Amino acid sequence: MPVETEEPEEALLVDRPWVTVVWNDPVNLMSYVTYVFETYFGYARKKAEKLMLEVHNDGRSTVSSGSREEMERDVQAMHEYGLWATMEKAT
Amino acid sequence: MTHGFQARRGGGVVATFTGFEADLLRSLESQLVELLRNEVAAPNESDDPLEQLMDFSGPTTEPDDPVLARLFPTAYPDDEEAAGEFRRFTEGGLRDSKARAAAQVIDTLEEAGLPSELTEDGLQVEVELDRAAATTWMRSFTDVRLALATRLGIEEGDEDYWMSLPDDDPRSHVHDIYEWVGYLQETLVQALSR
Repeated sequence: MPVETEEPEEALLVDRPWVTVVWNDPVNLMSYVTYVFETYFGYARKKAEKLMLEVHNDGRSTVSSGSREEMERDVQAMHEYGLWATMEKAT
Repeated sequence: MTHGFQARRGGGVVATFTGFEADLLRSLESQLVELLRNEVAAPNESDDPLEQLMDFSGPTTEPDDPVLARLFPTAYPDDEEAAGEFRRFTEGGLRDSKARAAAQVIDTLEEAGLPSELTEDGLQVEVELDRAAATTWMRSFTDVRLALATRLGIEEGDEDYWMSLPDDDPRSHVHDIYEWVGYLQETLVQALSR
């Protein structure tokens, strides 16, 4: 049995139950996808490139996580940039 | 022939187009505006939450046109109801934003000297964009490329197929334009990434 502490409550507050997923498409340039991740999410070049390569090589990448409202905002922003984005519950 | 975009001293980018190239860009962007405003999306521009809730006219299903379906993907692939709600609250605004971006590209080209009808030979159109405007162009070039790619049926790794088409195949010509906008896009991203 786990010992009860204050921690679970805190974990609830920082819960990130939803994620934004960007999917690979044959059109968007690797440089452009990296640029979008850098400018919209404020990620460092290295992280943006890592996520872009995941999209390119694995077909998809989880690019952000947070509340449902936050993820809807991110998905909408990705659509504005022409990226193919969806959202789903974090696993 | 344009060399694409270059970083400008003090931020922003510059590019010089021939009259023909500027006219081609205008034509592509105009087609995009027409497509976006064609199929009724009934955007709700009200900031009043009550008025938004009372508006049931926004689209809740994926657009019929494959280009529009690509520009406005389904956000919740496994939840039709949530996907419909998301679409109802976002598609109108996204359509408007994309149409405005395309219109801004056209306006800038015309302000830079592109006449409403191209008659003059040897015309040069030089555009200067600050960072915000350059980002708008980048988004709109993406939309144009997505539209062309969807119409052509472009797939991952099919470059050989397009190269093998005879020159008199109209798709070959459209593919050249698609590649050219991709080239412009690449120079634009590079110029902004400095």
